[in-house]
Amino acid sequence: MDREVSRIIENRQLAGGIYKMTLETKECKFSRPGQFAMIGVEGKFLRRPISVCEYDSDRYTIIYKVVGEGTDILSRMLPGEKVNSITGCGNGYDVDAIPDGAYLVAGGIGIPPMLGLMKALVMQGKNANLVLGFNSKNDFFLIEEFRNICGNIDILTADGSNGRKGFVTDAFAHADYACACGPTGMLKALDSKVSRGQFSLEARMGCGFGACMGCSINTLEGPMRVCKEGPVFDKEIIEWQKL
Amino acid sequence: MAETIKTNAPAWAEASAMAGADMRVNLCGIELANPVMPASGTFGYGMEYRELYDLNLLGAIVTKSVTLEPRYGNELPRIAECTSGMLNSIGLQNPGIEHYMSEDIPMLRKHYHGPIVSNVSEFSVEGYAEAVGKLNSLDDISMFEINISCPNVHHGGSSFGADPALAEEITRACRKSTDKPLFMKLTPNVTSISEIAKACEAGGADGISLINNFKAMRIDLKTRKTITSEKYAGLSGPAIRPIAMRMVNEVYHAVKLPIIGIGGIQTADDVLEMIMAGASAIEVGSANLIDPWVCPQIIEDLPKRMVELGITNLNEIRGVV
Ligand SMILES: Cc1cc2nc3c(=O)[nH]c(=O)nc-3n(C[C@H](O)[C@H](O)[C@H](O)COP(=O)(O)OP(=O)(O)OC[C@H]3O[C@@H](n4cnc5c(N)ncnc54)[C@H](O)[C@@H]3O)c2cc1C
Ligand SMILES: Cc1cc2nc3c(=O)[nH]c(=O)nc-3n(C[C@H](O)[C@H](O)[C@H](O)COP(=O)(O)O)c2cc1C
Ligand code: FES
Repeated sequence: MDREVSRIIENRQLAGGIYKMTLETKECKFSRPGQFAMIGVEGKFLRRPISVCEYDSDRYTIIYKVVGEGTDILSRMLPGEKVNSITGCGNGYDVDAIPDGAYLVAGGIGIPPMLGLMKALVMQGKNANLVLGFNSKNDFFLIEEFRNICGNIDILTADGSNGRKGFVTDAFAHADYACACGPTGMLKALDSKVSRGQFSLEARMGCGFGACMGCSINTLEGPMRVCKEGPVFDKEIIEWQKL
Repeated sequence: MAETIKTNAPAWAEASAMAGADMRVNLCGIELANPVMPASGTFGYGMEYRELYDLNLLGAIVTKSVTLEPRYGNELPRIAECTSGMLNSIGLQNPGIEHYMSEDIPMLRKHYHGPIVSNVSEFSVEGYAEAVGKLNSLDDISMFEINISCPNVHHGGSSFGADPALAEEITRACRKSTDKPLFMKLTPNVTSISEIAKACEAGGADGISLINNFKAMRIDLKTRKTITSEKYAGLSGPAIRPIAMRMVNEVYHAVKLPIIGIGGIQTADDVLEMIMAGASAIEVGSANLIDPWVCPQIIEDLPKRMVELGITNLNEIRGVV
């Protein structure tokens, strides 16, 4: 984990309200897909947690949805402007632990970290079944990028405007192993259909590095911080009914 | 930048004293290399920050409130934001006093050699006395800060700090349990903070820490519910700094005890202003959460600002107003 003042290389809209920002970095602090950055927003007291989509030695990408003032300010920033961030936060997906043929399931703004995860699996020569859920066709983003690296993609839309109509939980009856990222409701619904796996949780955060206990959840192994022990957890230890 | 200062605090403090800016302070006989310490609840037990900088740069470390029993705290969400500040409703999550004494303090001591201030919370007069009594046996603890002001628990907590008679009784009970310097940490959610401070003085306190969080509230317009799961949560950050300044000043004029000034501090200038209001030392709270390197940054900037402002030592500006 480190603080950085990074230059924006690109910041553009991918779909309605969804933006992709690429940032320059001197020394990459990300070591796993599923980790996140705490992004400083001019005029806002708290930083915003945003997952890293992809990273390499000199740049990283985030994809974010405008939902409030902070993300709105972020969306208006221009290439060349600087973002003050803390990078390399949290515990991402353990790629080694994911078996060949696992499901990767993501909905809406939970989709971006799956691109980094999918690429890491490809590097290890593993296949995966990708399940992506959107509200509608107008919200599609990253589809081409996924198609370039993965042959098994199942796309569902809530309104049926493209692909299958339904939710990601309709994609399969049962999975032995799945990695997931998305709204809490989606993860809860998915839990009973999956035997084992790694699920990424969200929480409102004060610090993003384990100091304030703002994001603590109860697990079968005691209290854990979404920002430090998570956001990616072995789904078996989560007490889903309490979320 | 934090990376540029590699010396430990006493050597650094001595060097700046020689250069004409003495930032050392003495708090009830305990020498602090500088007046800067992280505030309880924003620094855990130091381990998250140990990876980021040398903890020995700090004047002292105040640990997260500990209670006799482990506590999970309140339901999520526990955090909300507002203009120039934040709200929290953590609810004193901590691993309990046994774990704190056997694991957390020894671990902190491995990485940090300066004074440790143990912040204690409880839910009854007897609870406070028992907790302080247990902790008193640890040589690694230099000082106590008794939190009679947490706004985030339904029993005890802040109500103790709002009643002068109770505040005095708790102070007296803790006093019986320890000879170490005893600071009482006050809530700002009272009509007259100097009255509470006087009660603590009468009860035998060695010093006063102030302020804790203001009781506050934020509502989500779409859900029509409060953003934090607890209806009322604690406001902190730069939004409260001018009020903290005023309260420190009131207490400075009301009691003869040294004061640790807390509330919204983010820069070396904020530190100097708080000392001018009457504080002997200061704590940095929420600012650590948004910039984990803020304490070493302040410590690096402080002697420079002192030289620029013609301040040769902090005693000469304390309580000038
Ligand atoms: C680990 C993690 C990874 C995330 N990754 C992404 C991502 O890749 N892309 C993306 O678009 N969003 C992501 N989010 C959600 C994102 O943090 C929020 O959408 C964002 O903070 C909203 O900020 P705002 O100022 O626009 O909204 P406001 O509502 O104005 O924000 C007010 C406060 O609430 C917090 N907040 C609001 N919504 C959320 C939320 N859903 N989760 C956590 N905090 C919230 C903000 O951080 C801020 O402190 C992630 C959240 C977490 C916890
Ligand atoms: C997340 C958080 C947790 C806190 N936990 C405690 C605590 O356990 N005990 C305590 O005495 N004060 C606690 N506080 C209060 C701070 O120590 C400090 O008094 C207050 O935040 C005002 O200072 P600031 O404006 O610099 O944050 C907490 C504050 C925050 C923001
Ligand atoms: S957000 Fe501070 S501990 Fe997780």
